[in-house]
Amino acid sequence: MIDIEKANAETTQRMIEAHPVLVGLGKAKDVIPGMEDNMLLHAGPPITWERACGTLKGAVIGALLWEGKAKTEQEAVQLMVEKKIKLSPCHHHQAVGPMAGIISPSMSVYIVENKTHGNRAFCNLNEGYGKVLRYGAFSQDVLDRLRWLEDVVAPVMKEAILETKGIDMRSLISEALHMGDEGHNRNKAGTLLFLKAISPAIAKVCKNSLTASQILDFTGNNALWVLNPIMASCKAIADSAMGIEGSTIVCTMARNGTDFGIRISGLGKEEWFTAPAQIPKGLYFSGFKAEDANPDIGDSTITETSGIGAFAMAAAPAIVTFVSGTPKDALNSTLEMYEITHGKHRFFTIPQLDFQGTPVGIDIRKVVEKGITPRVNTGIAHKNPGVGQIGAGLVRPPMEIFEQALFAFAKKYNFE
Amino acid sequence: MESIQIEIRTGAYYDSIVLMQLQQELASLPQILDSGVVMGTPTNKELLAQSGLLLKQAENAKGDDLIIAVKASSEESAKHALSQVDNFLNRKRSVSGQDYSPKSIETAISMLPSAQWVLVSVPGKHAADVSREALRFHRHVFLYSDNVTLEEEKSLKEEAIQKGLLVMGPDCGTAIIQGIGLGFANKIRKGNIGVVAASGTGLQTITSRIHQKGAGISHAIGTGGRDLSEEIGAITARQGLSLLQKDPQTQVIVFISKPPGAKVAQSLIHIAKNLGKPVVINFLGYPCPTSSIENVYFTNTLEKTVQKAVELSQNLPKTTACSYDLKGFHPEQKYLRGLFSGGTLGYEALFFLRDYLPCISSNMSIPGIQSLKQVSVSQGHTVIDLGADEFMVGRLHPMINQDTRLRRILQEARDPECAMLLLDVVLGYGAHNDPASELAPAIVQAKELAKSNGRRLDVVAMLIGTDEDPQSLQKQEKQLLSSGAVVFKSSEEASCYAASLTASLSKKEIGLPAMNLEILNTPFAAINVGIQSFSDSLIAQNAASIHLDWKPPCSGNERLKNLLKKMK
Repeated sequence: MIDIEKANAETTQRMIEAHPVLVGLGKAKDVIPGMEDNMLLHAGPPITWERACGTLKGAVIGALLWEGKAKTEQEAVQLMVEKKIKLSPCHHHQAVGPMAGIISPSMSVYIVENKTHGNRAFCNLNEGYGKVLRYGAFSQDVLDRLRWLEDVVAPVMKEAILETKGIDMRSLISEALHMGDEGHNRNKAGTLLFLKAISPAIAKVCKNSLTASQILDFTGNNALWVLNPIMASCKAIADSAMGIEGSTIVCTMARNGTDFGIRISGLGKEEWFTAPAQIPKGLYFSGFKAEDANPDIGDSTITETSGIGAFAMAAAPAIVTFVSGTPKDALNSTLEMYEITHGKHRFFTIPQLDFQGTPVGIDIRKVVEKGITPRVNTGIAHKNPGVGQIGAGLVRPPMEIFEQALFAFAKKYNFE
Repeated sequence: MESIQIEIRTGAYYDSIVLMQLQQELASLPQILDSGVVMGTPTNKELLAQSGLLLKQAENAKGDDLIIAVKASSEESAKHALSQVDNFLNRKRSVSGQDYSPKSIETAISMLPSAQWVLVSVPGKHAADVSREALRFHRHVFLYSDNVTLEEEKSLKEEAIQKGLLVMGPDCGTAIIQGIGLGFANKIRKGNIGVVAASGTGLQTITSRIHQKGAGISHAIGTGGRDLSEEIGAITARQGLSLLQKDPQTQVIVFISKPPGAKVAQSLIHIAKNLGKPVVINFLGYPCPTSSIENVYFTNTLEKTVQKAVELSQNLPKTTACSYDLKGFHPEQKYLRGLFSGGTLGYEALFFLRDYLPCISSNMSIPGIQSLKQVSVSQGHTVIDLGADEFMVGRLHPMINQDTRLRRILQEARDPECAMLLLDVVLGYGAHNDPASELAPAIVQAKELAKSNGRRLDVVAMLIGTDEDPQSLQKQEKQLLSSGAVVFKSSEEASCYAASLTASLSKKEIGLPAMNLEILNTPFAAINVGIQSFSDSLIAQNAASIHLDWKPPCSGNERLKNLLKKMK
């Protein structure tokens, strides 16, 4: 009989020892394995156009317009209905994307390399707050900003990253946790740390000082800028722990706005366990209510999968309102996650908990036995395409996917 | 009339979360139709505009400016809402908040590592699982829950005793450890009486009455109602007695229970006799032969039990079985051999010995005593009447001619299993004119023989006669004492002394499990699973306690639960 405990220890150990470093930037079609010209990557488990939610559809339309594959919204929809364009999960291509998570072939993506295990992971650039593609918006200004990101920001960023000889993301995340970030919903400190690391290089490689200033201004004013390289880092961490024989540790949690899906290390990357995604509980921007919200969406749950985000909530007292108000509630959020994880992180630590490591390695056995699903911090998208972000809050995956996974595990390893 | 009121604050920074909450609070005020609270970035202003909340005065707000916009059904309500902004922003939040309630024993232990105990009061069908988890983490269990099956109880207690842990229960309503009451317990002063009880109202009654009478309790250990059944074999009771025996605070032990099975009762009485402390036993309704056997007192009502215990606690008996110096005995030496010249003395001795020693053989016939297969060879504990007919053929009575006994003394001395000789020496007209002059050299020789073989042979003599007898009591006593024998003039004292010393040689075999006294010494701290008030009352008694936020595992799904058990 397989030694689950040993397998889980190995899985968690790999997650902890993974050492993500941001090493470059490249076009999706050039760097992402399996990327095709007529393919769009999306967040979450596999989905068909028909079952896709408004947010995801909006982002798909926007990406096709931006890529020049369609001239109008109708043309874009037509392409999808006729299956001229393939939809494939980012997670099937070593990639992740926040919210709708659309990565199109000519978009630039971060390249993060796990120096310990050698695997790579990818994530697109962050467009900032408000009306943006990842929230399903595809108006001209949204497309224009994407174009500017691709044509102006990306080339400079690419050279600058090379100039830095790599940005150590593990130490960046560790430091940000000590500065009030949890690495998912709050990334103010991490973004500034990123800026600190990249600014001298940008100043050096960018020929035009006005452009440099614009890039730095945009980056500095977008407190989510670092989320995307952090997500790629977490993806590199989680992937290195995938496929350990006998392990009940969760290596993927992701949502496409319709389904919430997980994958388990010991069951391999081919097998998703999915159930309908829930509506997050949270706070809404002016003029929006819970009824406007799209069900939970995005690959950003890769942060919780790797031991930060809501799992490190205790480190981020400034956003305690998400968990009902007091810093103690933030502590309790993290304490609760220790109940369902295999270990404590050696590098990601929390000052407020006496520098204990964050809870890492979600064990589906513990989730099911204790009836505690992982906590997830998240942004909230409008259910209609084109509107964008309308709030932020907290959500938990449906319990049934962990139960499904447990049954599948028992079957595969003859525990029945 | 609908009205939109806007306030702009410059140089103020608030986290967007605070602003979203403020906005929610403003919107919940009476007659407020909509509200917007944002920093004046272009994106945010656009959002306000979409909601129709962006008035001219706010259009020029900058990214560092806070815009507060309120739309209400009247200007008055809108202005009132704006006046509340500072109240909302400055409202004192409770800084403390709730402490984390752990969801598992593992987490609770990490929060309170010093907790030696887990109190379990969850519904019966889950109680065994929770208890097993506690044992897995090497914690003692106070198992209040009922409806735990006998099989579960047995398996829990067998696991516990292997690990040196206690499982008090199931259906254990009360216990007192270091003066801390668990479950339902009265406030009892600390004292020198330790209690082992099935636990419940009997224990509460006894401890309360002991308190009322001015005495106190060291510890009260509950066993659960079925512990003394043949199936469980009194595992917890034996552990409890073992603890109280070692515990220096405990000077008197009270042991109460519903009537146990006959075999269990006998073995427990045997244990009690060997505890070296006075023990008051009340097996409600169990017929006990006498009111006391040395250190063990039998009572049959709760009130009499209390009276006896309090009396003993205030006036401790001087000697008890355990205080013998047993140095010099070889582990193989276990048996007593009684060599009697007087039939009645031997007969009476058997009655005393029977209460101390198991499996006695004799050539005298009394109930409960095996008959000796071969009178010339002792087996186990043996008492021989040397004046019986079989020895008398062609010989003088041993009171006159001691040859047979002298030879037998040396024979016993050569037996590696023999530890104790019990002899009678009867003086008076007609008897041997100086028996000690022959016995003393034989005793010296026997002792030396044993010693030269790495053993120790004790000899106890009951000396019967008067100072005016021709042999002189004093002269005989002096000779016997100089040979190294222990001399009593009371036949009862002689028998009981010899018997209890011999019995203490077999201490290891009385079935007292090894227990570490640490349980009773370390400051009491517990993890509570189930009834919240049990934890509250521990804290009220200044004991450390963590209440576990328990839910049925797998939300009660049996199929998943069984699966997970296999996957542990």
